[in-house]
Amino acid sequence: MIRLLAILSLLSSSFADGAELSAVQLDQSSIAFVSRQMNVPVEGAFKKFTAQINIDPARPEAGRARIELDLASIDAGSTEANDEVKSKSWFNTREFPKASFVSSAVKALGDGRFETFGKMTIKGKTLETRAPFTLKQEKGVLILDGAFPLKRLDYGIGSGVWSDTSVVADEVLVKFHFVLK
Amino acid sequence: MTSPARYTGTAISLHWLVAFLILAAFPLGLTMSDLALSPLKLRLLSYHKWLGVTVFLLTAARLAWRATHTPPPLPSTMPAWERYAAHGLHHLLYVLLFAIPLSGWLMSSAKGFQTVYLGVLPLPDLIGKDKALGDLLKEVHRLLNYGMLGLVIAHVGAALKHHFIDRDGILARMLPFLDKEKSL
Repeated sequence: MIRLLAILSLLSSSFADGAELSAVQLDQSSIAFVSRQMNVPVEGAFKKFTAQINIDPARPEAGRARIELDLASIDAGSTEANDEVKSKSWFNTREFPKASFVSSAVKALGDGRFETFGKMTIKGKTLETRAPFTLKQEKGVLILDGAFPLKRLDYGIGSGVWSDTSVVADEVLVKFHFVLK
Repeated sequence: MTSPARYTGTAISLHWLVAFLILAAFPLGLTMSDLALSPLKLRLLSYHKWLGVTVFLLTAARLAWRATHTPPPLPSTMPAWERYAAHGLHHLLYVLLFAIPLSGWLMSSAKGFQTVYLGVLPLPDLIGKDKALGDLLKEVHRLLNYGMLGLVIAHVGAALKHHFIDRDGILARMLPFLDKEKSL
């Protein structure tokens, strides 16, 4: 018991000392999104992804992240939609199975809020992206939460007849939640 | 023979408005459910839901009218069984005018697609996303609609029988321009 307490105090002091955390708990983390169809918010998520995140709660500005999504693992709300969004005019998952985000910088915005800048690659197209997030320390874990709007047409997601934004809005809200140990 | 009094302008307008809306929503529902996923399908789905919500609201207004007005009396020549049948049919029509949009609303929620009336007013989801329940509600929605189709055929058939065979002027209660005696 005393040993356990000693380990716990060591763990908490390591937080205070500013140790870098990098073990992303994938089973507790999620990457979800909300699209708008005829102004109806429709929730979706990516079931499979990998995330390498190195962040020190004491020096978040030095943080780095590399997220890779398995696009075919998408849940777009219905079976019909799942088949459709894998097709050529949407993600074209056969040719482009993965999407990635690689951060290059983290800026502190104050009040526990931060913003990461980096490169988003979807369907072979790479664009500079920024995403605000918050950091929260809780019972030995660090929780990283954020959301940013992504303009799907910038990456050619939903081309042809689907480029009609009066049916499916251009802007998709991407939400991420990572638990680090 | 004396002509029965007619419904008020409000009741007549509401009746025909609802009639035209369900006449549009029914084939729209049939068509869109057969379409493969496309922007057109999503658009039609929304229009169909908006029509349904409108029918629900107008039906509520019609019930409010019924609660505050006495409908014109049926002609004295009408046999008792016909009166019972007419009342029964009218009650069933009202039940379905509520039940059909309600089943569509619940079905939308169960399928995970909220109803946003006219694209601006989100209706609360009374039930959570549940695929099996969504499929069941879709079947309920479909069957209720076929029930409605049968009732509407009976309703129209009865109105035409009264007009062309019984010639008792009942149809003029809802279609005042047919009321020749009054316009004379």
